[in-house]
Amino acid sequence: MFDAVLQALVNGLIAGALLAIPALGFSAIFAVLRFPNFAIGALATAGAYVAWIANVTFGLPIVAAIVVAFVSAAIFGAALEYGALERLGRGGALMKAIGSLAMAMVIENVVRFFFGNDLRAFDLPLARDLVFGPIRIGPQQITNFIFALAIMVAVWAFLSFSSLGRSMRAVADNADLARLKGINPRLIALVTVAVGSGLCGVGGTLIGLDTSIDPLLGGRVLLSVFAAAVLGGLGSIPGAVAGAFVIGIVEEFTVLALAPAYRLAVGFIVILVVLVIRPSGLLGSKAG
Amino acid sequence: MLTYILFMLVVGSIYALLAQSLMLSWGLAGLVNLGLAGFFAVGAYASAMLTTWEQVPILIGVFAAVLAGGFAGLLVCFSTLRLRDDYLAIVTLGFAEIVRIVASNEVWLTGGTDGISGVPVMIARDTGIWFHLGTLLITVAAVILVYVLQRRLLASPWGRALRAVREDQTVASVAGKSIVRFKAQAFSLAAAIAGLAGALYGHYTSYVAPDQFQPLITIYIFLAVTAGGNARPAGAVLGAYLLIAFLEATRFLAEIAPGVTALQAAALREIAVGIGLVIVLTLRPDGFLPERSQKAPAS
Repeated sequence: MFDAVLQALVNGLIAGALLAIPALGFSAIFAVLRFPNFAIGALATAGAYVAWIANVTFGLPIVAAIVVAFVSAAIFGAALEYGALERLGRGGALMKAIGSLAMAMVIENVVRFFFGNDLRAFDLPLARDLVFGPIRIGPQQITNFIFALAIMVAVWAFLSFSSLGRSMRAVADNADLARLKGINPRLIALVTVAVGSGLCGVGGTLIGLDTSIDPLLGGRVLLSVFAAAVLGGLGSIPGAVAGAFVIGIVEEFTVLALAPAYRLAVGFIVILVVLVIRPSGLLGSKAG
Repeated sequence: MLTYILFMLVVGSIYALLAQSLMLSWGLAGLVNLGLAGFFAVGAYASAMLTTWEQVPILIGVFAAVLAGGFAGLLVCFSTLRLRDDYLAIVTLGFAEIVRIVASNEVWLTGGTDGISGVPVMIARDTGIWFHLGTLLITVAAVILVYVLQRRLLASPWGRALRAVREDQTVASVAGKSIVRFKAQAFSLAAAIAGLAGALYGHYTSYVAPDQFQPLITIYIFLAVTAGGNARPAGAVLGAYLLIAFLEATRFLAEIAPGVTALQAAALREIAVGIGLVIVLTLRPDGFLPERSQKAPAS
């Protein structure tokens, strides 16, 4: 029993690290644009498919494929915001949310149109699981975990030290004040959407590397991503990471007790509990 | 061909009920329900389980479905009504997923992914065309009933207060209206209407399974309601029938497109619906039948 718990903990940490990447993207977009972007799941799927083409069709190494996923998902996300969602913002944040859900359906079906519903796998070397006492880990899982941590550090450094990242935080804090300081909030909003969408693309790729990819890849983790963001406090960047680890671990523990399908229910229940008990989340400041 | 048209009209009427549900919560109360498909499913399952397995009369099953929908609505909106509206959007989206997961996995309760077959129908099947025609009459009667109810609610002080809540919560609460109570009532009533739609659907197709309640339906209804006019019952009804016409037209177009597999054709239709919704939201957010502003009653 203890071994199973330990194994679940390790799996949960790895799953949480993968979940943290799209959760970071979602939270960054929410912090600056103030609407829940429901297209992030589909953007994760789109990023994973582009990475798959780069890796399997063109034979690029995985690291290069992840970069390609970031760039392409960033372009898709920014194009979506610029081409469709920005204009909807006049009708309020909820209009953008509905629009993003519609666009999620469009992206998912564009993927389905070209690739069908089949599962596809990345071109990875077969490797034996590593065994540490009672725990088994695939080498690819360790690599993914390290990728995810490296990306989190990179996002943190970007937000803390680059002038673009600091402008993003300024707009998130107070858009009017940022404008007075000569920051163009519209440009920052677009950059944020691009970076956030790019992170979703990377997250989708990492999840695809862990299992396989299909058109519903992103849709399946959407609820977990929301749960991570709500748990951490909507719009809070460190909160999204903390939330993702908690959700990842709780989901793995659920599998010990219930049918695997119910890991999806964890996210929903966490969202409900957080909203009833502490709507501002673990690290958020305001809700209301 | 006649059967096909009647079938589409029945489905259109059921969508008209769903559209009226969405109009009430979204158009009037400003509460976005992204889990409409979930409430639709709750109604369908509630009535199908009672009538198929417990042999309860259909009328009581439908009544139970309305109650179940309303209760689920109350449960879902309860946790978020004091918060920003986007929380409700996230929670409702999750709710629809959970309904599908539970319906697919709890075989003892719902029949799992096989669903429930042999759900009793409202008009005997061996009556041929009368089966479709009779069901159509019943569903249209339900649409009219809900329509009349909505019109009366809209004209009542309750409807006015609800719109006040939508327009400005602070002003409404200063005027002594309990925001949370009005929102909860509107959302739960809307969910009950979705439950009614689900029950009628199950008693027409005679089969209820998790696959019938894809999130896609929610998007369809959003398109219907925005196209028709999101704050008028007539707009919602009109939008639902227009939606069916649009869906069938795209089905036809996708079928005659050369070199496209069935899966690709389905994907193209969904792309068209998604883009259609964004275009309508952008160009004509008030729909074909925009909301009429009401004069204050003479006191």
